[in-house]
Amino acid sequence: MSSLEIVATGPMTTVQDTGRFGHAALGVGRSGAADARSHALANRVLANPPEAATLEVTLGGLRVRARGPVTVTVTGAETPVKVDGRGAAVNEVLHLPDGAELSLGTPARGLRTYLAVRGGIDVAPVLGSRSTDVLAGLGPDVLEPGDLLPVGPVPEDPPLLDHVPTAPIGAEEVRLRVRLGPREDWFTERAHRTLLDDAYEVTPRSDRVGARLAGPVLERSHEGELPSEGMVPGALQVPPDGEPVLFLADHPVTGGYPVIAVVCSADLPIAAQARPGTRVRFVPWR
Amino acid sequence: MRVLNCADTGVLVEVADLAQVIALGTALEASPLPGVTDVVPAARTVLLRLSPGTDPGRVAAAVTEIPLAVDIGQGTGETVTIPVHYDGEDLADIAELIGLSPREVVRAHTAATWTVAFCGFAPGFGYMVGDDPRFRVPRRGEARTRVPKGSVALAGEFTGLYPRSSPGGWQLLGRTDAVTWDLERDPPGLLRPGVRVRFEEAA
Repeated sequence: MSSLEIVATGPMTTVQDTGRFGHAALGVGRSGAADARSHALANRVLANPPEAATLEVTLGGLRVRARGPVTVTVTGAETPVKVDGRGAAVNEVLHLPDGAELSLGTPARGLRTYLAVRGGIDVAPVLGSRSTDVLAGLGPDVLEPGDLLPVGPVPEDPPLLDHVPTAPIGAEEVRLRVRLGPREDWFTERAHRTLLDDAYEVTPRSDRVGARLAGPVLERSHEGELPSEGMVPGALQVPPDGEPVLFLADHPVTGGYPVIAVVCSADLPIAAQARPGTRVRFVPWR
Repeated sequence: MRVLNCADTGVLVEVADLAQVIALGTALEASPLPGVTDVVPAARTVLLRLSPGTDPGRVAAAVTEIPLAVDIGQGTGETVTIPVHYDGEDLADIAELIGLSPREVVRAHTAATWTVAFCGFAPGFGYMVGDDPRFRVPRRGEARTRVPKGSVALAGEFTGLYPRSSPGGWQLLGRTDAVTWDLERDPPGLLRPGVRVRFEEAA
């Protein structure tokens, strides 16, 4: 069986799949690929099952060596791709012979790039998923140079497409559709307008837990403590400083600050690709 | 019951009290609603997380049909006994806050029946609520940077048990050697919503 050897990880590389379901009542979050759409595309290109695990690469810099022949593809934030020093393309089926090294440069736009391998990354699942949950400390460790990742059995169906065109990922300014609630009544009318009229900026204090945003303060209509309640990905939680945090894949299962609005699920991949410095505008959904 | 929206990813159901949280959580566990991937009970709410494409309106309508007057006397029917060494750093403070002697605190804590209302904070951290209304203490003014694994602690109306060491602001009542979170076990958590818990003094 082939495997992938990690030579370099860039700022952070983790193993991710579609996440853990059904364990939230135990305090275990969903985790999974932050940009689920690019993860799914990578598996589709290789004719992998949708739940096959891929590598989620933050801001490029990954280098892997094939141990045995493997078939791979790169999706998500577009980076320069090289195989043994020669240029290759994203969203394309790439065959790596034994010993070949694939390297990713730094993406010009977007934040997260996915490297999938035919057969999937076959590390041991934890609670039904191979995803690394950086908040809960569940699943495989964050990857380090020298790690050897087993590749699963190659699926029967061959890849049908050599290349899949996609819309560009990442932009200087993104629009995310939100619906107010569940706790919009904890904020003033002016805060509702501010959220929908003004722009916010993704700060460097952002990770898989959430994108911390800088921008106009969202004023509360009343004080007091909200009893902790369940959280969803896409929730805009507002801590006491008034600047919202946009929850991503590894968000806490419960939280004690009110959520003014939630980003619709179709726009979560866009939120997950918003790198620090990206301007974010929230627009009403439906 | 009030149903609040979380765009198309969830439905947040707000109820009157913890008893209703447990009733609703137990009912949803027993007969899951289609399209709901996860049920997250909390202090006054139950969050239903939805699979993509599920209509939140339909889930909201279905959840309002669930009677909350169900008898929660049974919980999940499961009872777990946890041996505790009652030598926590905050035992004296707890005793003073409640107005009992430390020995009386231990007797009352082991006499009460506790029920896991919900989990959160960390995997396997159960919020247990008891039938003795005297157990109601504030969090510590300053959180500890490290609360050891196995600590049994109080905050608000809850007893909690730290499945692994972590920072924490709860009042430390004692510690247990019981393993409440084990990934090799299915389910990995001993303290699941609805489970009854009795504490006993460890030998």
